Amino acid sequence: MLKRTDTSDPSYYHKVVDCQYACPAHTPVPEYIRLIAFGRYTEAYLVNRASNVFPGILGRICDRPCEPACRRGRVAEQPVAICRLKRAAADFKDASYREHLPKIPTQKNGKKVALVGAGPASLTVVNDLMPLGYTCVLYDKKQIAGGAVAQQVPEFRLPREVLQEECQNIIDMGVENRLGTEVTSLQKLLDEGYDAVFLGSGAPIGRDLTLPGRQENAAYIQIGLDFLANVNFGHLKKISGHVLVIGGGNTAMDCCRTALRLGASKVSVFAPEGFDEMLASPWEKEDALKEGVHVVNNYLPQEFVAGANGLSGVRFQHLSSCYTAKKEFRPIPSGQPDLVLDCQMVVLAVGQEVQFSYAEPGLLALREGGRGIAVDRLTHQTSHPKVFAGGDAAFGASNMITSVAHGHAAAISIHLFCQGKDVAKDREKPSMTLRSQKMTLNQWAYVNDFSDTHRHHVPEHDLAERLNHLEAEVELGFDIGLALKETKRCLNCDVQTVFKEKACIECDACVDICPSMCLNIIEEPESEVALRAGLKIPAENLATDLFVATVPQTKKLMVKDENICIHCGLCAERCPTDAWDMKVFSLHLPKAGNL
Amino acid sequence: MFSINVPRLKSIPKAKNSLGLSIDDYKGAPSTLCGGCGHDSITQAIVEACFELSIVPHQVAKMSGIGCSSKTPGYFLREAHGFNAVHGRMPSVTTGAYLANREMKYLAVSGDGDTGSIGLGQFMHAIRRQLNMVYIVENNGVYGLTKGQFSATADYATTNKKKEKNGWLPIDLVGLALELGASYVARAFSGDKAQLVPLIKGALSHKGFAFLDVLSPCVSFNNHQGSSKSYQHIRDKREAAFDAVDFVPPAKAIELDYQPGMQERVQLFDGSQVLLHKTDHSYDPTDVEKALAYLRQAKAKGEIATGLFYVDSSAEDFHTVYQTTEGPLRNLEEVDLSPGQVVLDKINDALR
Repeated sequence: MLKRTDTSDPSYYHKVVDCQYACPAHTPVPEYIRLIAFGRYTEAYLVNRASNVFPGILGRICDRPCEPACRRGRVAEQPVAICRLKRAAADFKDASYREHLPKIPTQKNGKKVALVGAGPASLTVVNDLMPLGYTCVLYDKKQIAGGAVAQQVPEFRLPREVLQEECQNIIDMGVENRLGTEVTSLQKLLDEGYDAVFLGSGAPIGRDLTLPGRQENAAYIQIGLDFLANVNFGHLKKISGHVLVIGGGNTAMDCCRTALRLGASKVSVFAPEGFDEMLASPWEKEDALKEGVHVVNNYLPQEFVAGANGLSGVRFQHLSSCYTAKKEFRPIPSGQPDLVLDCQMVVLAVGQEVQFSYAEPGLLALREGGRGIAVDRLTHQTSHPKVFAGGDAAFGASNMITSVAHGHAAAISIHLFCQGKDVAKDREKPSMTLRSQKMTLNQWAYVNDFSDTHRHHVPEHDLAERLNHLEAEVELGFDIGLALKETKRCLNCDVQTVFKEKACIECDACVDICPSMCLNIIEEPESEVALRAGLKIPAENLATDLFVATVPQTKKLMVKDENICIHCGLCAERCPTDAWDMKVFSLHLPKAGNL
Repeated sequence: MFSINVPRLKSIPKAKNSLGLSIDDYKGAPSTLCGGCGHDSITQAIVEACFELSIVPHQVAKMSGIGCSSKTPGYFLREAHGFNAVHGRMPSVTTGAYLANREMKYLAVSGDGDTGSIGLGQFMHAIRRQLNMVYIVENNGVYGLTKGQFSATADYATTNKKKEKNGWLPIDLVGLALELGASYVARAFSGDKAQLVPLIKGALSHKGFAFLDVLSPCVSFNNHQGSSKSYQHIRDKREAAFDAVDFVPPAKAIELDYQPGMQERVQLFDGSQVLLHKTDHSYDPTDVEKALAYLRQAKAKGEIATGLFYVDSSAEDFHTVYQTTEGPLRNLEEVDLSPGQVVLDKINDALR
């Protein structure tokens, strides 16, 4: 007998909300999009903030794992512009939002936590622990909070005031501010009597390329992370000539676009991988191309070539392929003659690494078979019970939203640990609530009408002019009209089709009306493979689940392919017995504050 | 009505038939019937049958009278022609249409009131005249539009929603159709498309009067305990002369592999076949006497017989009997209609 779906487990419905499931911090995307649609921008911002802490920043620079996951991309062309809508919530919120930020008790709980590094992971921990009465001491080598986001994200992608506003909201919770103080010894820090220490020191070291000519031409070669920080802090204001960027990730794209704005006559980026294999987000590549960056693929650097007056160029080998099927870096030369590219400056954006020089050897166990320290994936605890880690420092360079998710998880652990509880076993399980959206006959509390409009483009700063203004933000954001139009494209995947099998009379009304033909009442086959193949539209996307229940009269199966449902509610609307209902699903993830 | 228009989703990989149409191309306006109505399932079965047979929608004339059932032609084949006749008068309008254009497919949908009460005489004469049409009765045993009075097909001693008993014997439309010489007679259940869709396909491929009595529960007024036309009751009491039916199009009919004794195949006029899976080995769907006897026995046992009871693929139809002109009247040229003095003289001479 095939397994029947257990919808009492919150993970089933959670997975149906593709965007929320894909988001490391599990932001309830459809919920805030509906709030925007109702003009409730401040609430939309606060719903975001509860999950991802930095909606204004993430609304601009998030890696957007939600968008490729968006159901819209499967059933009606392009995904919803989720990230842009997040920014709209931040742009249109009013100042009263501050009244709803977490309240900080005047009576402290007597526990003291030190945070190493003031990036998104640490700030999230602070955000979660301060309302519980903790004393948080925030250390960073730099004078400003924000970590890599402050140091490396160019201003034309993230205006300083947006960054400052959201970081300052956390600092203003009453953090003991040690910005500008570098932690040089973890042991010393522990000796100061902290109840817990959180390591959020990021992956601040840009990788170098040890190729022939590296030493001789050092004056003309910069590490990407340092280049971006130098520009962000105003140390580097002008460059000239042909700038060559080596690398294929988002940092490389930022370096290219920054170089264009600093006065480079030409910017080229050389990546060993093919265009589609490049790690940079598709929209970052697109923006770079639009601004005139030359993207050249399948070239591996071999040598920095010196000329009479300094660097003359870089010699590259042409590759026929770069990665194996298992994504291992294994360049295979094509046999074509090497290419020497003339350039005046090289920026290396070939990866970044963690840095734990402040942790005394032996204090923390190291990660097996990798760089960095051993950190538990669930609890974020290191081998030292008092020391927790998150963000890029924990598992290597990732993205901001992942760091936020780490911060939330680590805050739970720190809170459990400080109360003497088990950081793994005493964690709460996720729970859910389901609220019916039925108002009356054929009326729903959500907008179920399907809009088949295309994804709306975000207005941008004039192409020629933006290159003359380093600080000019490229994306201008949706105006209210565009934002409202875009909200209509959301399919409300969190409004779940909830089936009460006992009430079903097998009249086929739901099966017949379903516009995506995702419902089936069929005889039970032998296997899930046969079941998937036998549906009206074969369920070929194995990443999405099938809902399976037994109907009472014929004992056949009610099967729903979650892959293509558009959550229009017509099944529930036509159901004469309310066996189907549309219920909005709210996922309650454990938070430090709920424990 | 629904709260929204039913969206058409272009990115969902829906199958195409040999005309390159998808099933959505065979749909109509959104149904205004109650959710869960059996009639909507029959609508969907018609949509599926027409889609799978690759019927050209505009070559179909949808005929109906008055009632919940007679509204349904609006909900399928939006590209087809249609005529919504006066209550019970659909058969005579269809007769006229069929006289004028014998090349169209006439797909009529009626109800137990439209056919069994006000239109019974018209129904009988349409059968007697062997119109080449599909006549579907969506039979729910109640007058749904007037809030649930017993209709002429309601079974004796069943109760209405207010628990009042029906004191009259029912008219059995299937028995009537067999007696009057319908050449394709079947009964099906709206809640079983596996049986219903092939029966509709067979009816559409049959030449002659094809009658389908489809039990179609009324969820608003006749789906309670005490009703013999509720989903539960029909499922409990249904006895199929043939427990499943397959429709085999002409091209595949030759390669059909079938087991005599267990299965029965019936050749239709256009070369397609209806494949019947027998539960009763002695049953012969070409013998009208046996069909009538089978129906009486099932009734005596309190069972609801469904399946294809009778087929006669060689029956003469209306135009053959009347020796009418070969094509539709609209194709007649002036020379056909007024052949001239020579022909007139010939006729006059023959009468002298």
